[in-house]
Amino acid sequence: MEMIGAQAVIESLKNEGVEVVFGYPGGAVLTLYDALYKSEFPHVLTRHEQGAVHAADGYARATGKVGVCFATSGPGGTNLITGIATAYMDSVPLVAITGQVGVSLIGKDSFQEADICGITTPITKHNYLVKKVQDLPRILKEAFHIARTGRPGPVVVDISKDVFNATFDYEYPETVSLRGYSGSIIGQAADIEAAVAELKQARKPLIFVGGGVNISDTAAEFREFIQLTGFPVITSLMGLGCIPNHAEENLGMVGMHGTYAANMATTECDVLVGIGVRFDDRVTGVVNQFAPKAKILHFDIDPAEINKNVRVDLRVVGDLKWALPLLCQTIAADKTMDWKGQTAPWREQVYTWKKDQPLVYRQTPDVIMPQQVIETVSRLAGDDDIIVTDVGQHQMWTAQFYNFRSPRTLMTSGGLGTMGYGLPAAIGAQVGHPDKAVVLISGDGSIMMNCQEFATAANNGFPVKTIVMNNQVLGMVTQWQRMFYGERYSQSTLKGQTDFVKLAEAMGATGFRITKPDELEAVLRQALATEGPVLVDVQLPEVEDVLPMVPVGGRLDQMILGG
Amino acid sequence: MKYTLAVLVENRPGVLTHISGLISRRAFNIESIAAGHSEEADTTRITIDVEVDDEIELEQVVNQLSKLIDVIKIINLTHVDPIQRELVLIKVRANPVTRADIINIVDIFRAKIVDVNRETMVIELTGEQTKIDALCEVLHDYEIIEIARTGKIALSRGPIAAKDM
Ligand SMILES: Cc1ncc(C[n+]2csc(CCOP(=O)(O)OP(=O)(O)O)c2C)c(N)n1
Repeated sequence: MEMIGAQAVIESLKNEGVEVVFGYPGGAVLTLYDALYKSEFPHVLTRHEQGAVHAADGYARATGKVGVCFATSGPGGTNLITGIATAYMDSVPLVAITGQVGVSLIGKDSFQEADICGITTPITKHNYLVKKVQDLPRILKEAFHIARTGRPGPVVVDISKDVFNATFDYEYPETVSLRGYSGSIIGQAADIEAAVAELKQARKPLIFVGGGVNISDTAAEFREFIQLTGFPVITSLMGLGCIPNHAEENLGMVGMHGTYAANMATTECDVLVGIGVRFDDRVTGVVNQFAPKAKILHFDIDPAEINKNVRVDLRVVGDLKWALPLLCQTIAADKTMDWKGQTAPWREQVYTWKKDQPLVYRQTPDVIMPQQVIETVSRLAGDDDIIVTDVGQHQMWTAQFYNFRSPRTLMTSGGLGTMGYGLPAAIGAQVGHPDKAVVLISGDGSIMMNCQEFATAANNGFPVKTIVMNNQVLGMVTQWQRMFYGERYSQSTLKGQTDFVKLAEAMGATGFRITKPDELEAVLRQALATEGPVLVDVQLPEVEDVLPMVPVGGRLDQMILGG
Repeated sequence: MKYTLAVLVENRPGVLTHISGLISRRAFNIESIAAGHSEEADTTRITIDVEVDDEIELEQVVNQLSKLIDVIKIINLTHVDPIQRELVLIKVRANPVTRADIINIVDIFRAKIVDVNRETMVIELTGEQTKIDALCEVLHDYEIIEIARTGKIALSRGPIAAKDM
């Protein structure tokens, strides 16, 4: 069909089943926005391109579909960078479409020109510069295929302005052919056999579950595996929700702010099975002391994750959608094994750790404790409600004290640790799930980094509920300054002059403030029940640490405990 | 240790930058990199020498490179005793007194003189890197004005192509 490049982009989005685009217009994409207008394609105008890319990311994490954002050339594109890097670190399927200056102007430092492909090469799964309109359908087909298959990730398609205007005969390809890339990764059945053989030997097995299980939508298969074996489980930040927090086998999050039971079990286990995890340095503590007594088995879709951070003894490379069902089948078929009996003393040991050293915090009359806020939100929230966080202490308290029950219910910037991620990501999650409650837990530092997006939420009536954990400081920074820099609070106190309630109201949202513990539950209930976007400013003490904590360079069993 | 990899990639703009960028970004060290067309028009062959601590680190290099969409195949040629060659051009100061000596050296190395004028000579040599190193070393006794080396390329022996290995 005869059409211009801009129309072809919209048609391709339709062909890919894209429901909505997040974006921000500008000179290089005006023709694209004109085509969007004519076709009435659903679009959410954010107030900053960083908002658009995080929203697309939140949408993708919450739904499992590819998130799409638009930005113009130059500053539009560079404003996407943090969001693209955030998505890359957490393996989020994303297609970012940027405008580029006209073909004859490329490479001449033209007005609003930036080399987006060059800039995004280290933070994308792949990227394209489109200079010929004939290439557009193939490239878009490939971009979506690459973003969503294998280990998902962000793909940038940078399209020259000329391409949007050029007329050609559009036909969308049915298939992709990429010699160097296979999206489906089916592993070797023999690896599963070998893994089961190792598990049979284990007396102190420990299962370490990560974001890969959330991404591959295999929480059900994972839970079946745990049910069959009764093996204790630890999770990474990204793995929260794969197994309910309250499940008996779940020892909680491992690592720097992990639970006592999770960190001790890691130190003492004899077989550690990583499933869809990448052994991040926030998890391992000092690497050569990580799981020192264990054989390490690693299940992952990405062969490059094997032996990257820790040396593993046995690998199962392949999609968890292939690996986990086969693992369960193999285990279920073996009637000779008494999995629970064989590991009974170990399980008793880890459950004792869990019981004796639970996560605790001090309670002070008349002071709202941050952990208490999270516990209250957790109590009021439904099993499938979506929790989004920003980055800092509030993020870690959410990971520790929120009772995650379902997969894909936590959206957080785990790998890059991006402050300002929360509000736009919450908007994206809400767009993806209009019927679910979306609650953002943010900090007084983080919320300011993209607070302009309250306008987006208000103008569109997105009912995101934001809870600002207002401790008047960059809490996580002050914690480190308190612990490791002699309480020299260099540039980390925010002085609390900002009135968050007024901020929300100025943007068209509803604001609440909570100053006393006895108001906490009632006002939170009211806030959650209020229509439209809401901000709740919760006044917290300045000084409170996230504990337990393993100091950098420490061993997991050398954590500082709380209480 | 040094390893030699043959990397077959899509013949697309920017692919060499992607490869070299990825290797250095991941803090691996490239000793030499050489790219050119292969027997297939749409495929470029890149020969890379990397210096890594051990096979586990090499595996990381290979796995990370394999993730690039434009990379079709990576073959480790280190252990197959490949034919390895590099081309060098050396411009050396040569006057009537030294010229005969230099010609002598060129003969011994079976190199070629590709340009002569009153003050200089340009010498061309193809060979294994050690041989090229040796020629450069000897010519250091004369005044070397400039050297251009291509970096190593390598091909396995026998009938099987790297892409089928
Ligand atoms: C974009 C960005 N800049 C800086 C940091 C470093 N950083 C990590 S946590 C933190 C403090 C966060 O403060 P706040 O949002 O108030 O949360 P709190 O720790 O008080 O809960 C900072 C500055 C970061 N993670 N992201």
